[in-house]
Amino acid sequence: MSDASLQSGPDMGTPSAKSSILQLDQRTKKRNAAEARFRAYGIAAIAVGLVFLVVLISSIIFKGVGAFQQSFITLEVELLESKLDKSGERDIEKIKKVTTFGYNPLIENALKAAMEEAGVENPFTKGKDLRKMLSSGAAADLRRFVIANPDRIGDTVQFRLLASSRVDGYLKGRVTRESLARDKNLTPVHLDVVDQLKDAGVVAKSFNLGFITGADASESRPEQAGIGVSMLGSFYMMLVVLACALPIGVAASIYLEEFAPQNWITDLIEVNISNLAAVPSIVFGILGLAVFIQFAHLPQSAPLVGGLVLTLMTLPTIIISTRASLKSVPPSIREAALGIGASKMQTVFHHVLPLAMPGILTGTIIGLAQALGETAPLLLIGMVGYIASNYPGGIIEGFMSPNSAMPAQIYEWAKRADPAYYERAWGGIIILLVFLMTMNIIAIILRRRFERRW
Amino acid sequence: MSAFWLLMIILALAAVGFILGRSRAISSVQGDRRQLHSLPNYYGFNVAMLAFVPAVLVLGAWVIIQPMMISSQVSTHIPAALYEDAGQLNLIMSDVKRVAEGLDVAIAQGVMSADEVSQLDTETTDVRAMLGNVGVALGSDVDPSVLKAAQEMRAKTTSGNLFMTIVVLIVASAGFVAAMLKTQGEFRARNAVESGVKALLIAAASIAILTTIGIVLSLIFNTITFFGMFPASDFLFGLTWSPEGRGGSEHLGILPLLWGTIYISIVALLVAVPIGLFAAVYLSEYASRATRAFAKPLLEVLAGIPTIVYGLFALTVVGPLLVNFFGADGLGWMQGARSVMTAGLVMGIMLIPFVSSLSDDIINAVPQAMRDGSYGLGATQSETVKQVVLPAALPGIVGAILLAASRAIGETMIVVMGAGAAARLDLNPFEAMTTVTAKIVSQLTGDSDFASPEALVAFALGMTLFLLTLGLNVLALYIVRKYREQYE
Repeated sequence: MSDASLQSGPDMGTPSAKSSILQLDQRTKKRNAAEARFRAYGIAAIAVGLVFLVVLISSIIFKGVGAFQQSFITLEVELLESKLDKSGERDIEKIKKVTTFGYNPLIENALKAAMEEAGVENPFTKGKDLRKMLSSGAAADLRRFVIANPDRIGDTVQFRLLASSRVDGYLKGRVTRESLARDKNLTPVHLDVVDQLKDAGVVAKSFNLGFITGADASESRPEQAGIGVSMLGSFYMMLVVLACALPIGVAASIYLEEFAPQNWITDLIEVNISNLAAVPSIVFGILGLAVFIQFAHLPQSAPLVGGLVLTLMTLPTIIISTRASLKSVPPSIREAALGIGASKMQTVFHHVLPLAMPGILTGTIIGLAQALGETAPLLLIGMVGYIASNYPGGIIEGFMSPNSAMPAQIYEWAKRADPAYYERAWGGIIILLVFLMTMNIIAIILRRRFERRW
Repeated sequence: MSAFWLLMIILALAAVGFILGRSRAISSVQGDRRQLHSLPNYYGFNVAMLAFVPAVLVLGAWVIIQPMMISSQVSTHIPAALYEDAGQLNLIMSDVKRVAEGLDVAIAQGVMSADEVSQLDTETTDVRAMLGNVGVALGSDVDPSVLKAAQEMRAKTTSGNLFMTIVVLIVASAGFVAAMLKTQGEFRARNAVESGVKALLIAAASIAILTTIGIVLSLIFNTITFFGMFPASDFLFGLTWSPEGRGGSEHLGILPLLWGTIYISIVALLVAVPIGLFAAVYLSEYASRATRAFAKPLLEVLAGIPTIVYGLFALTVVGPLLVNFFGADGLGWMQGARSVMTAGLVMGIMLIPFVSSLSDDIINAVPQAMRDGSYGLGATQSETVKQVVLPAALPGIVGAILLAASRAIGETMIVVMGAGAAARLDLNPFEAMTTVTAKIVSQLTGDSDFASPEALVAFALGMTLFLLTLGLNVLALYIVRKYREQYE
């Protein structure tokens, strides 16, 4: 400090304006207001983000829960021998010859009977109109039952038949009388009947197991569509991803983390991996289409191909997390193993890898969850547009024959014109998210349970 | 013999090799294990490895190369009068393959014997009807030269498979014998096995490179084929996109698609960047430990939700909501639920956690000393953030935004479901537009065959997308890395 500054000290100390630390001046107030505003922006940003989350989750739940409920019509159907087995021989081949058309009169009679019992007047002259309240798949259900139990022909059996999607929509509030004005599938008159039948307990909503376990149906029968088959397709795909991505990913990370010399090849591999992690997923779909389908002639829409594409996509994720967990194993472990005469390879496989395993599993599960929800690459290898209406026959068929996958199935439903399918799509999303949540929770538990602090 | 059974045989051979190699090593030192260089299992592994790995490599290469060799040989026998260019030759070759497969099916079902198949000709039998009976439907009647080529292909495949079986078995047993001969007490089996394992590890690591090469090659080859059929300048500078036009009137200009992509990405970033950035600043500078532990994971849930969910959200929630305000009943700017705004808003929501967690990391990396210096000079917390922390973190934040932009450009499901299918050059954000990714999906999921420009254009679009995102990623990673180094 120089003399000059000492001398000028008293001068500088004299405040140019009156101020006190107890009273805020204009400028301080402004600065404090700016501070408060800035803080508020931050809180608002987080609040907006969380509001989006809440809106998203609540719209998923509101729109999707309906898919787990379905309207059924309970009918006492008399399985007339004169219609189903004219010869009376109970010859299964002859019974099979009766098509679903042959079952329609039975359903009509049962409906009429149910309406009479409930005291509902029948406003329709044609039985066909009456049948519109039921799913067009109802006759097929009946036929399947009869073929499975030919000895029940002649009995009166109680069936819980699917109501048509319009009736279902009416009970769920999606379909109104106004919206039916120009609908050729159902008329408002039907709804009057449905109202009365509902009071009589013939028509009722109940839990729809068919949605979770069932197969996809054609576009005109949304009430029958289920996600079960595509769930199986996703399951087979995840098996492929697990079987390929885990060993390859772990092997690649071990090499890069433990053995790779510092040279340009290693650099190239590392840059490649970090870039692959950011390549748009649709590009992996193009790769799958060009390499696995056009070049290697693997079957289109097969879970095997889907699994391979998703493997390539999740590899970078798995490699990155595996490397992180290998890195977190302290060098003293390696040095101790090497010190008592283990080879480098033995050190890694006997000591480092088991210690890093929880981290690797966590990363793998998160990678699998990412793969499970991925849709875009599946579009290109033909998993959309394929109607997953049959369960695969065996394990090999499960991998090789065309199937859908959960996200592809959801997209397929969202594309269809009938708004009843939107509900299915949202319901599918709930199931998909339940899977993802379970996987992530398992990953978190694994990490909490086995994570080691060195 | 099929490749599968061959593989099983090699596996069995390797298993036998393990047992024999192990016992041979032990017996070579009269049961005194201390005399062995390595543990006995290593001798077994060595034999199994040498029997298995080379044979499987040969098998794999053969399975891939043989069909290519055969089809190129067979295609030289197809009379030049039947085709004009490579595209038509490809079509004929796929016919040939189908007929050859059909003949295989016919033999497998016992409709014909192998001899009858090689005697077959188009004059005496209706091959199409015959194959139709066994369940192989053909698009047109079978040309005599196609049938001949198919027969030739079958003959070559049969002899090729026989050769493959012999060669693979020879390789497997040669490896087996060689390894067994080497199995002596002083043989350094552990080192041999370990170098083998290391080679496997290297192979696994190079799959990343192979994937990139696969992506680049599959894009390049198909793009070149596309540019052979469609002028590159029309693709790159064309202002209209209407692939349905017949008779050479199709327009496959990429500019409307690029505009749609960029417009939607800009809307998305306008949503995501302010929200994400403010959230990151608040979480890293202001929030208490409890708030942070609560809000950060919840925000990150947004990143874990699959894009199909966002797509459906855009289609059935956000779109109709926007129509309520801006549609015919409101301001009249919007015609349908699908628009740039719909897709952009939803994509913005998806990107919030992406921007916020990356920026959060970067802001946290700014040294505390810089903040303390600023506080020491009397700056308030927000002044410190605005004038010290953010400028210091700026390169990293720019990198994060670039990464988010590359995400937005490559996003598919949201735009497929929320943005519409019409390609237009327009400024109205409430208009439906389409993007590069959406068009890749629509061009490749249609019924058109892979040889037509309508389908091949998807590869050129994919190439554009790949280069665009790669450029952004490389730039972003470079900036982020450079910035990290600055403070480490």
